[in-house]
Amino acid sequence: MKWLLIAIIVASTSVGEVLQAVGMRRHGEIRDFRPSALGRAASVLARNSVVIGSVVAMAVSFFAYLGLLAFTDLSFAVPVTAVTYVVETVLAKYVLKERVNGLRWAGAALVLCGVALVSL
Amino acid sequence: MTPETARLRSKTWICAAIVVLANVFGNFFLKRGMPPALESPLAYITVLFRPWVALGVTLLIVWLLSRMTLLSWADLSYVLPVTSVGYVLVAFVGRWLLDERITSKRWAGILLIVAGVALVGGGSAPRTWRGKSGAHS
Repeated sequence: MKWLLIAIIVASTSVGEVLQAVGMRRHGEIRDFRPSALGRAASVLARNSVVIGSVVAMAVSFFAYLGLLAFTDLSFAVPVTAVTYVVETVLAKYVLKERVNGLRWAGAALVLCGVALVSL
Repeated sequence: MTPETARLRSKTWICAAIVVLANVFGNFFLKRGMPPALESPLAYITVLFRPWVALGVTLLIVWLLSRMTLLSWADLSYVLPVTSVGYVLVAFVGRWLLDERITSKRWAGILLIVAGVALVGGGSAPRTWRGKSGAHS
């Protein structure tokens, strides 16, 4: 049960974040922080289907995380979901076409080892 | 550093700090209000009305919105390592505020995560700092 929940969290968070990055980039940089301008940005974003998809994926991830957090330590549940970070670096490279150099890959590998240790 | 770069840099740091703090304390309040188990699908909904859980959810909404804002100008591969410093802060919160026992293996794992994050941060200059006024490369 624990690992099933973790798998659901990792998959849905990774998908959600990539969709969020795609959607926000399509929207463009937010420069105006006045409440009225933020409200307008929110209403435009609420009609952005990629952003909506990301919110749905994040909601799935959130409820799975609630279920996990109920019976595990906070200091277990949060670090173990850091594995999404590794999945997302891969997705950043191959889906978002961001530049990811050797140092970043090494960092991602270290994070993965850290997550493995935390879950022992 | 041009004024445009300086503006983007301070805006990015402030936004990143909000993202991290909202995440760490959102998670803390969530755990604080959580019952030992969620037995039924209905429990997943009713638990949201516990005061501590509701506060945690509110902070996580702040986290989500501030993170979306940050991602509107910053690369995902920049935002992820910078904000994952929150994993370390969460461990301290678990240890000191929730009295969780953290084994040496778990601390070692968290340190490895920090090392990984530092390595990633020391990589190439993030595209984020080049701003939108220059050529899009």
